[in-house]
Amino acid sequence: MPPILELRGITKTFPGVLANDNIDLTLNEGEILALLGENGAGKTTLMNILYGLYKPDGGEIYIRGRKEIIYDPHDAIRLGIGMVHQHFMLVPVFSVTENVMLGTETTKAGIFLDRQSVTEQIQNISSQFQLTVDPNAKVEDLSVGVQQRVEIIKVLYRHADILILDEPTAVLTPQEVDEFFTIIKSLIKQGKSVIFITHKLKEVLAIADRITVLRNGHVAGTTTPKESTEASLANMMVGRQVILTVSKKPAKPTDVILDVKNLSVKDDRDLLAVDNLSFQVKAGEVLGIAGVQGNGQKELIEALTGLRKIENGVVEIMGKNTTSASPRDIREVGTAHVPEDRQQMGLVLSFSVADNMILNTYYEAPFTKSYNLQKAEIEKAARERVQLFDVRTPGISVPVSNLSGGNQQKVIIAREFSRPIKLLIASQPTRGLDIGSIEYIHGRIIQKRDEGCAVLVVSSELDEIMALADRIAVMYKGHIIGILPAKEATREQLGLLMAGIHDTASESVSAHETR
Amino acid sequence: MKRTASESRTNKSQQSERSLWQRLFAREGMGQAVLLPLLSVFTALLIGAVIIAFSNVEIIAAWKNLFSSPMETLKLTWQGISHAYQAMFEGAFGIPSEMAKAYKEWKTTGETRPLLEAFRPISESLVIATPYIFAGLGVALGFRGGMFNIGAEGQLFAAGLVATLIGYSVKGLPIYIHMPLAVLGGALGGALWASIPGALKAKTGAHEVINTIMMNYIAFRLTDYLLSGPMMRPDGLPISRDVLPSAYIPPMFAPPMRLHWGFIFALVMAWVVYWFLWKTPLGMEIRMVGANPKAARYAGVRNAMITVLTMALSGALAGMAGVGQILGVNHNMVRAFSTGYGFDAIALALLGNSHPLGVVLSSLLFGFLRGGAARMQSVADVPVELIRIIQGLVIVFIAAPEIIRSLYRIKEKKQEGPTAKLVAN
Repeated sequence: MPPILELRGITKTFPGVLANDNIDLTLNEGEILALLGENGAGKTTLMNILYGLYKPDGGEIYIRGRKEIIYDPHDAIRLGIGMVHQHFMLVPVFSVTENVMLGTETTKAGIFLDRQSVTEQIQNISSQFQLTVDPNAKVEDLSVGVQQRVEIIKVLYRHADILILDEPTAVLTPQEVDEFFTIIKSLIKQGKSVIFITHKLKEVLAIADRITVLRNGHVAGTTTPKESTEASLANMMVGRQVILTVSKKPAKPTDVILDVKNLSVKDDRDLLAVDNLSFQVKAGEVLGIAGVQGNGQKELIEALTGLRKIENGVVEIMGKNTTSASPRDIREVGTAHVPEDRQQMGLVLSFSVADNMILNTYYEAPFTKSYNLQKAEIEKAARERVQLFDVRTPGISVPVSNLSGGNQQKVIIAREFSRPIKLLIASQPTRGLDIGSIEYIHGRIIQKRDEGCAVLVVSSELDEIMALADRIAVMYKGHIIGILPAKEATREQLGLLMAGIHDTASESVSAHETR
Repeated sequence: MKRTASESRTNKSQQSERSLWQRLFAREGMGQAVLLPLLSVFTALLIGAVIIAFSNVEIIAAWKNLFSSPMETLKLTWQGISHAYQAMFEGAFGIPSEMAKAYKEWKTTGETRPLLEAFRPISESLVIATPYIFAGLGVALGFRGGMFNIGAEGQLFAAGLVATLIGYSVKGLPIYIHMPLAVLGGALGGALWASIPGALKAKTGAHEVINTIMMNYIAFRLTDYLLSGPMMRPDGLPISRDVLPSAYIPPMFAPPMRLHWGFIFALVMAWVVYWFLWKTPLGMEIRMVGANPKAARYAGVRNAMITVLTMALSGALAGMAGVGQILGVNHNMVRAFSTGYGFDAIALALLGNSHPLGVVLSSLLFGFLRGGAARMQSVADVPVELIRIIQGLVIVFIAAPEIIRSLYRIKEKKQEGPTAKLVAN
């Protein structure tokens, strides 16, 4: 029997770039194929070709042994290809049923929406694939994990046999990832085939039948989980030896740099997002804040950096009360802030690399003298920093929007680390970045710690927290429900705390730590 | 065919990811920033030619005989169009042969009168361009700071009122004090008028588009009141009292040329705006707030203060358009002293990509178009409204660059998306 999907020699160039170079890829029926690669390796381009969003310059697509030309997503859907995007395409105020039928509305008498029959079909799909979901619930009331199920139901409702899942686990908690894997396995049992796009090595090894690795637009190799390890996959992805664990010496904490006492902060909806929080970070240590996104981490960081009003409590940085200080004052005390949203907050995308390198120090000497920006000084500093921090850019005067995500983050890191700082606050410092950049940025953060900087890292990636932190605080609904020494923490323990399950063991640890 | 259709669909979906604002403020690629406006103007003139042809009774009549005498028809059409545009050119710049003759006469006899007459059209065009430059700079500066200042017209009126008041009521000052005082007062009036919606935006988040429009109405009605009341001329016409000669912005040449030093001042201000926005820390803050207010706050900029400042500066520049007209040309204020300079300024700022040099060039273009319109009507019998149509088309093409791109098959430079990321990797 021919494979359900076969790509032969797919080539796609964008002006000046070979995004896909003669790619061969095979998906057998009832198989989970992991498509692994760094950002920019060509995974998304390849899948967009398969889904009819791009037209390939060369190559052939065979589905169930028949050569097909896919002009647009309608063709793809007709051929049984369904895609679940990383960012969900759901209408929040619509019900599950309405979202599923959107675009292929079933009608009664030609004009009335037939919600009833769609609801029944959803229930059938739900029970068949163990995709538990209430068809009448509004999407905005559902958790992220359930929303993802709705996306999968949408695809199955359109009779897809080949499911393309684009980074499906990026938004899930460890527990939700397990549930998600169960769903995938039940899909396979029912005869579906899955292409699973990711750059998370652990997941690939856990779930895939076969693994195809892309690098710089071509296939670096195809392998199976049995034959590979995390390290071997990482090497294939990057093309060189990668150190997956951050090598670091034990922390030598000294003076308290950041002292937070009874901090309370409200979110944009005026609800208490950070509730009576207290903790300290000392020079020479990394405190990692773990937790599922949306448990008050964002508000906490914004409060500490002067971007959000503090309702209650006191923040001291190096003994100076910064509770109601402005972002500039807090920066001038010696704080660096690597913000969560690098494109919306950390950079002005239309500004040049050079201007972004001095985005918050432009008014100081040597960049401003007698009320004039000193172009020569700015460019000199930019060139130095680009080199020192290995920013890959065609030049310092190109808009920073031209850079890849990893290099954009390096611009922020370069800017923030090029000043004498005593406190580093980094939020999701490597989200969405490729292995090479993650490795680099982690190394830089640990280097800052060893230079005697106090470091506060917020991340929803447990791996990142466990790699960087000396102590791990878990945030849940605005509280820190446990602080553990990193050495003693296990994934399971942290996963439970992230889900708000507060067992006695961790309670005693947290009581001990926060005392 | 199906292929291209699906391709353009993906292009469109990528396009829509960038908002209008991003397109206005962060249009990348200097080459296209120059090329697209030029092609827009060219295309608008082409369409203008078609309109000229089909609004001419003789040409329409000739087209009825297209099949019997095709060459004749085309010839007549061509003549009609070229005649109209030639008249427009002569109206905008002058008649070359007469200019040369007048120059020769001046060389030999020293007679300046014919020279001034011959060169008067170009001077008139520059007179029209002057308020365009000021108001265009104002709107462009607002755009750079993220403020959509639709109130340039109202600010122009507010500034005009203050300048007029100072111009006729302050007496006994020498010109080197009185004129700058009136200019400065006018600019300040514009600045204050604009900073009201600025402050409302900064303090309450009220959208500046709504509030600048409302401020326009207030300015218009205030003008009506003042010109038919407190500032009214003794003879009872709704015209202000005449500005004293000591407050005149002096003319550059003898009459009948009306070109005044305000034009040179406008060019200087264009350079000052450029220097301010790109070479000073405060200018960088304005551009930062305009391009990404979140990042500006992160970088320690006081956004509220910058927003008010942006509007104040924008209003001062827009106000200068009114000041220049009153102190340099009219020497009094009437209700109709502005022919919508403040509204055209929005188009000029867009056409000029919110860059001072671009604003100057597009203002000159509009000045020449408007300058040539009258002669086109009198000589070639093409209504002046054609100029409005051409201006309107230029703006449509600038606001929807896809039209021009698809007409001339210009590929959009992709800065985001997989391509750019790959380049960088």
